[in-house]
Amino acid sequence: MKRLKAKRIKTKRLNRTPGGDILNIVVIGIFGVFMVLPLVYAVMQAFKPLDEIFIFPPRFFVRNPTLDNFTDLFILMSQSWVPFTRYVFNTVFITVVGTVGHVVIASMAAFVLEKHKFPGSKVFFRLVVTSLMFAAAVTAIPNYLIMSRIGFLDSYLALIVPAFGYSLGLFLMKQFMETIPNSLLESARIDGAGEFRTFWQIAMPMVKPAWLTLVIFSFQILWGELGSTFIYSEELKTLPYALNQILLGGFARAGAGAAATLLIMIVPIVLFMVAQGNIIQTMATSGIKE
Amino acid sequence: MATVIKEQKPKIREKLVGRMTNLGTDIRKNKISYALLAPYAIIFITFTLLPVLISLYLSFNYYNILEAPKFIGFENYIKLFLSDDIFLQAVKNTFILAFITGPVGYLASLMFAWFINDFPAKFRALLILIFYAPSISGNVYMIWMIMFSGDTYGYANSTLMKLGIINEPFQWLTDPEYMLGVIIVVVLWMSLGTGFLAFVAGLQGVDKAQYEAGIVDGIKNRWQELWYITLPNMKPMLMFGAVMSITQSFAIGDVTQHLAGMPSTDYAVHTVINHLVDYGSVRFEMGYASAIATVLFIVMIGSNKVVQSLLRKVGQ
Repeated sequence: MKRLKAKRIKTKRLNRTPGGDILNIVVIGIFGVFMVLPLVYAVMQAFKPLDEIFIFPPRFFVRNPTLDNFTDLFILMSQSWVPFTRYVFNTVFITVVGTVGHVVIASMAAFVLEKHKFPGSKVFFRLVVTSLMFAAAVTAIPNYLIMSRIGFLDSYLALIVPAFGYSLGLFLMKQFMETIPNSLLESARIDGAGEFRTFWQIAMPMVKPAWLTLVIFSFQILWGELGSTFIYSEELKTLPYALNQILLGGFARAGAGAAATLLIMIVPIVLFMVAQGNIIQTMATSGIKE
Repeated sequence: MATVIKEQKPKIREKLVGRMTNLGTDIRKNKISYALLAPYAIIFITFTLLPVLISLYLSFNYYNILEAPKFIGFENYIKLFLSDDIFLQAVKNTFILAFITGPVGYLASLMFAWFINDFPAKFRALLILIFYAPSISGNVYMIWMIMFSGDTYGYANSTLMKLGIINEPFQWLTDPEYMLGVIIVVVLWMSLGTGFLAFVAGLQGVDKAQYEAGIVDGIKNRWQELWYITLPNMKPMLMFGAVMSITQSFAIGDVTQHLAGMPSTDYAVHTVINHLVDYGSVRFEMGYASAIATVLFIVMIGSNKVVQSLLRKVGQ
């Protein structure tokens, strides 16, 4: 790896002109500001005292940053009928179980689809790829009917189990597993390892970037899960749902709402920051080949 | 001819015999394959595959959840296309949104990924984060509501009024004249998602030696380099990114519902997804809603296929 990098630095940058480079910087600069401003604004709002939130004309930057909004948020939360910690627990539980299950189950499937040849494997993978081509909203109604038939409604299962089956995760994992040399798996088998052990102890450690990517992607979805279509009991509801209720509280709760928005926003962004290198490495094999 | 056949026959027989002897081990090996695939397959079939079929079935029925489905043939589809003006309006809005945000979002993902790739590694990581963050920051797009708020507190209004361009506040999110434009801006802001990351990765993966070889072949500037070397090299990522963009751009619904309300003024930004939610979760006309879902399903798959066949021509 190191040698490769050194070689890259040595190569001259071809086909690049100073004019083009300046244009590049200008374009990225302008659009970068456009991309980041709303996010910066979300941060600003969270630290503004109420009088600055409602000031006219509106001001972008915060003058006297305060943590009032966060204390307000926690006071509001402690007044809720269901203890606030319960919402946090629900979301953490759903996210962790859903994510772990997704990584294990999807990787297992990806492993056999990539490394075994068996009747039906190609058709199945094509179906998974096809499922990337339509949005989940299309199947929302039958999904609801199925959930109610198998008794998943109003339980964690309604959010956790479908998460195990995210098609994007299986797709990315299968493509990345192409990079595992077959000879390595073969030698493990000769040494007497069963298929599951070969998968778990040989293959999985080699695809760390891919399963980290699966972790992050499934985390992003589950962390923001409102779950309001499937879950009715207040004590099973999720954190984004509870925070949304505060956002709907209108002007009086604008400060706490801004704090809530920031809390929900920051977690996936920080996670992505941490795992960025691994995710990019995984996406390098993400292509759809004909 | 005869000799050729003679030569081939034993080969086929050999193969067959080989297959027969392998059959036993094949089954045993496949058993493990099926066992490892089973948990995923069961969930995928139950929550993705089966729902598509159920949706198709229900679209030919009258179904309100309380009574058993009643078969009515194509009636839902006929009503949808011949007498549901709001659906036709939703189709129009969805297509406008998809045709603008899909290609623009896709090309923007590609262009920004390409531009960012020229930056030194340290900046690159930061820029990737900045451009990708809006697509994963949950419902932060609600922030745009404050920017485009209809009163003078909105940033768009207060800035434009300060500059003297307008005299009274624009109703950005309730005046049909501006709503679609605002929605397009917000959707584009969030459109640099998984496809963008795939492009970033694809660009980093192009073998540098090919660029040097390109110079010898007469490539003169960065645009030619992009078209003749870079893009053909990352064709699989282009395909993947296209799938992500298309699916996303036809599935716009949450943004319109949250920013413009449901229903939006004069249904100016009512999308097919909004229509689907309206009939499915509000009016409980499940058969009719399923017909809407089926139409959307066909449109999504169809446009994916069309775009994929176009992408095969890249670099040719």
